[in-house]
Amino acid sequence: MKIRETINQIITEFNNFDDWMDKYNYLIEMGKSLPLIEDKYKTENNLIVGCQSRVWLHASYADSIIIFTADSDAVITKGIVYLLIRVFSGHTPDEIIEAQTEFIDIIGLRDHLSPTRSNGLVSMIKQIKLYALAYKTKESLNI
Amino acid sequence: MYTKLTSGAIRQDFPILSRQVYGKPLIYFDNAATTQKPRQVVEAICKYYYEGNANVHRGVHYLSQQATTAFEGVRAQIVTFINARSSRELIFTKGTTESINLVASSFGRMMNEGDEIVISAIEHHANIVPWQMLCKEKKAHLRVIPVLDNGELDMEAYAGLLNQHTRIVAITHVSNTLGTIIPVKEMIATAHSLGIPVLVDGAQGLSHMRVDVQDMDCDFYCFSGHKMYGPMGIGGLYGKEELLNRMPPYQGGGEMIDQVTFEKTTYNELPFKFEAGTPNVADVMGFGAAISYIDDLGMENIGKWESELLQYATSELKQTGDITIVGEAKHKTCVISFLINGIHPYDAGTILDHLGIAIRTGTHCTQPIMDRFGIPGTMRASFAFYNTKAEIDELIKGIEQVKKMFR
Repeated sequence: MKIRETINQIITEFNNFDDWMDKYNYLIEMGKSLPLIEDKYKTENNLIVGCQSRVWLHASYADSIIIFTADSDAVITKGIVYLLIRVFSGHTPDEIIEAQTEFIDIIGLRDHLSPTRSNGLVSMIKQIKLYALAYKTKESLNI
Repeated sequence: MYTKLTSGAIRQDFPILSRQVYGKPLIYFDNAATTQKPRQVVEAICKYYYEGNANVHRGVHYLSQQATTAFEGVRAQIVTFINARSSRELIFTKGTTESINLVASSFGRMMNEGDEIVISAIEHHANIVPWQMLCKEKKAHLRVIPVLDNGELDMEAYAGLLNQHTRIVAITHVSNTLGTIIPVKEMIATAHSLGIPVLVDGAQGLSHMRVDVQDMDCDFYCFSGHKMYGPMGIGGLYGKEELLNRMPPYQGGGEMIDQVTFEKTTYNELPFKFEAGTPNVADVMGFGAAISYIDDLGMENIGKWESELLQYATSELKQTGDITIVGEAKHKTCVISFLINGIHPYDAGTILDHLGIAIRTGTHCTQPIMDRFGIPGTMRASFAFYNTKAEIDELIKGIEQVKKMFR
């Protein structure tokens, strides 16, 4: 599925909810059901620190595709991490670099991505994009 | 007056308290971060800009002289409020952080390699980082008074840290995270017996209790207007005159000088020596109005009601179950840090936010405390005299809702 299609699917899912409580319950369910990262990758190196909650991000690259796994110590952050992984993981560096994150705004979770929230999510998105750029450069230089 | 607090009638003076967030009444429990301002403070600032704005101190015209009189009038008002000896001992700053940086920079210039600075394990970053920067610059050493499990300082360890190399002790009056009231008077006496001066970070102290700097005998006392119902961007540094006279200026510029030539410049007398540039006159007016407001209400009444709120909230939280209170010193102000067992503070805080309840979550600019207690952060409810028991009831209901959502 293309990134655009995944994003549209997510927007449709969230449009089912009128109530903020239901939205968060849905996020919490998504967050609860996934560890998303092997314990051995929950290292200092993979830690994206926010002062509110922490996020671990691991990337691997094969056949021009980047696979991301991630986790967080806060459940709501975990839910949003799950959404981001759904969108970004399993795509080429170019697709990831071009992808926009305004869908978070559309589904009403913009506040969680405000830099002032310091929950590691903004840094996580930057890190995802950086990984994409790095792998793209690596590939073009045939390293 | 006291019934104005118990009945919540005092809230009428604070327009912001009747607003809504997410369609729900605002319950503002983040007073340790900043307090709300009564009408009188906002009007004092507006009045200054509408009717009395002029630069102070050197003008010969009417407006300038009026502004100067009013400005120096607030300085004298604060001198009385904290019982300093004279206006020479009260320096206006941007706030507590700048006050501490001023002392670290200026007093710090007189320090040497191998000197020691003593702080505590529960300091706000504002009372850690300036000293770390100074230690790095001067090759001096930072010594830290340990904190006990209940949030009180280890007083025996404190005495043991003081020696002939100690140049200054810098401690908080009240912990913004744990609510602990530190026995600063006793700690100052101990330091003074060895000739060591003490700086007190009064950001969380001055709004909750009567402070008498002569009785406390502190060498420096730092505070912020916005933590005590005054505007942001203004605060003060109290310093003993003989110390301030020995210290070199902090920032250079206009106002703090006496004579300027390119060969040599001499400095103004206290307090102006430490007040470079045009002061924040409007917010000084606001600060004065805040202090008048506190005086009219009575600090004793404020302290009594805040103590009732603290007791009520603490017992209600404990009764709720699955709550760990972080910081249970014998003497506290109305700040409660807590955790809902098994639930991350960020998760809980997000839900409470949508219920209109403003608490703070995270490390509260005291990361060392979190490391010490092995926690990622806390939820912090910090009260002011305009909070009510009914609001605390809503917090408890909110916590029950959070527990349901995350279990």
